[in-house]
Amino acid sequence: MSSYKRPEIKLVPVPSTNIIPERDIDKLPVLEARNLGIDFGGLIAVDDFNMAIGRTEIAGLIGPNGAGKTTVFNLLTKVYQPTRGTILLDGYDTHNMTTVQVNKAGIARTFQNIRLFSNLSVEDNVKLGMHNQITYGMWSGIFRLPTYWKKEKQAHERAMELLSIFDLQDLANKQAGSLPYGAQRKLEIVRALATNPSLLLLDEPAAGMNPSETSELMDNIVKVRDLFQIAIMLIEHDMNLVMGICEGICVLNFGKVIAKGTPSQIQNNPKVIEAYLGKRKEG
Amino acid sequence: MKRIGKRLRSNLVIYGLVVVTYVVLQMVMGSGHISSSLQGQLVPICVYVVMAVSLNLTIGVLGELSLGHAGFMSVGAFTGVVACIALEGIISLGAVRMAVSMLIGAACAALAGVLIGIPVLRLSGDYLAIVTLAFGEIIKNIINCLYVGIDHRGLRISFLTSAAALELAEGGRVIIDGPMGISGIKKLSTFTMGFALILITLFIVLNLIYSRSGRAIMALRDNRIAAESVGIPATKYKMMAFVTSAALAGAAGTLYALNYSTVTAAKFNFNTSILILVFVVLGGLGNILGSIIAATVLTILPEMLRQFNDYRMLVYAVVLILVMLATNNDDFKGLLYQIRGKILARNGTKGKEGAVNE
Repeated sequence: MSSYKRPEIKLVPVPSTNIIPERDIDKLPVLEARNLGIDFGGLIAVDDFNMAIGRTEIAGLIGPNGAGKTTVFNLLTKVYQPTRGTILLDGYDTHNMTTVQVNKAGIARTFQNIRLFSNLSVEDNVKLGMHNQITYGMWSGIFRLPTYWKKEKQAHERAMELLSIFDLQDLANKQAGSLPYGAQRKLEIVRALATNPSLLLLDEPAAGMNPSETSELMDNIVKVRDLFQIAIMLIEHDMNLVMGICEGICVLNFGKVIAKGTPSQIQNNPKVIEAYLGKRKEG
Repeated sequence: MKRIGKRLRSNLVIYGLVVVTYVVLQMVMGSGHISSSLQGQLVPICVYVVMAVSLNLTIGVLGELSLGHAGFMSVGAFTGVVACIALEGIISLGAVRMAVSMLIGAACAALAGVLIGIPVLRLSGDYLAIVTLAFGEIIKNIINCLYVGIDHRGLRISFLTSAAALELAEGGRVIIDGPMGISGIKKLSTFTMGFALILITLFIVLNLIYSRSGRAIMALRDNRIAAESVGIPATKYKMMAFVTSAALAGAAGTLYALNYSTVTAAKFNFNTSILILVFVVLGGLGNILGSIIAATVLTILPEMLRQFNDYRMLVYAVVLILVMLATNNDDFKGLLYQIRGKILARNGTKGKEGAVNE
């Protein structure tokens, strides 16, 4: 017999602060970040980041400049490997995955500063998104085997289909770099959609857009969600867009989550107001 | 569909130009109106065209500066000639033996490409350029120390010793004699062989560029981070472009070596790499037709300038600088587009494109 005497303890449920829309509750969250954190040297860029995203949720990630929003995106897509914490994608741990593997597993993204393949055509940009969807080998390509013609035709049709969602089909033969700014932003979304993701990350999709372009974008984002039944997470400074279409919002300040909730909860949260506007002077 | 048509047309222009040039040159040669110096230049021109097109795959399409392209040519040259001599008793038909040798040369250069590519493609930009430069020099020095002979027992190889260390049996023959290189090569290369190699190179390079793999390679050039974010593995496609480029350079090396009676490693030095780089830059990065024209003109030019004797290389350099200035000058480009626009307008097609590009 061991001499150890077990002290009497109480078991309690683990508190989880993660929230997802009620309609997605019977499905596994598409993404769950647990205690995620990264340090750059001694600087703690993101710490203790917890978030879950429902299957068909449009989630928002907001916060003042330098709060670490894009860093979170870079962690989720493994541009940076997190120092701490876990990322569960469809319930699977993405530990040690590369950017390419994470994309194959279902996360697609756009970039804050547009990163198109600017010397290639609009259609080729979308076809590159389908790189792992419609595949054939190098030799089929060089010798123009029947597979090449079949797959290229498939890719062409699918690309035009996707482009037409964003009304870009007429620009298919244009060089991507020559497109106007708004069209480039839309093309980046189409390219990300072409990878057939289950979660789409949009980094400031409305940056540089005028109000009418922004409202068109809002309609398009909702349309994409309804059409493809995917989850979308977006970083945005345009509060009309965020409050208009996001269902769950997460607010980040100095690398830490300071609030989570519905748009109205966030709007009235004193911590959020403080982060954006500063503290009211006492007295 | 319109774009595919445009691509097809520009590809047909390239193939057409090469074929027409070949046919015209064959006719001129048939009637005996060609100078012997130009006739001697025909195979080297083919070699340099293939070298330029293949290097353009690395520099223009993949977007990585490689300064060791002559190294792959060297690997192809020496392995190809060794294969050619070793196969002498087995394949009697010259052309077939040469084709097989070129394949072996290409395969060996591709192997070298894989070995070099593994460490090198982890780097990019200046670092990659420096390491490929070193590779070219290393290959040259390795071959300078290499002794290869053949006798009834097969190929015998010795390193850092002398030809005597090969201990060849009676009737054996030294193929690579260290710094002396290979001598007594039976000349097998013909203009037609060179022409065929150009066509094969164009077929491989153009079809590769306009396929799924080629798109991925160009995507890596344009934006690596974005390419990885849509699931394109960088190393795989960098390697694909690099090795294809190396293999074609190897085949060109075999063609080159079998055109001369002697070949030494010193021929494939840094200057040769730079010469090919000049063809590519002058022809335009990613511009296949440009590479072909630049390689052809710049190979003929030094010969044409022979009458200037001592000033030959000086004039060559001045011409090179002038062409670079002219082709990179916006005013000059604008003028060309204007002229093109006018010609198109006169032909009844719209000359809009020129105006936009200005």
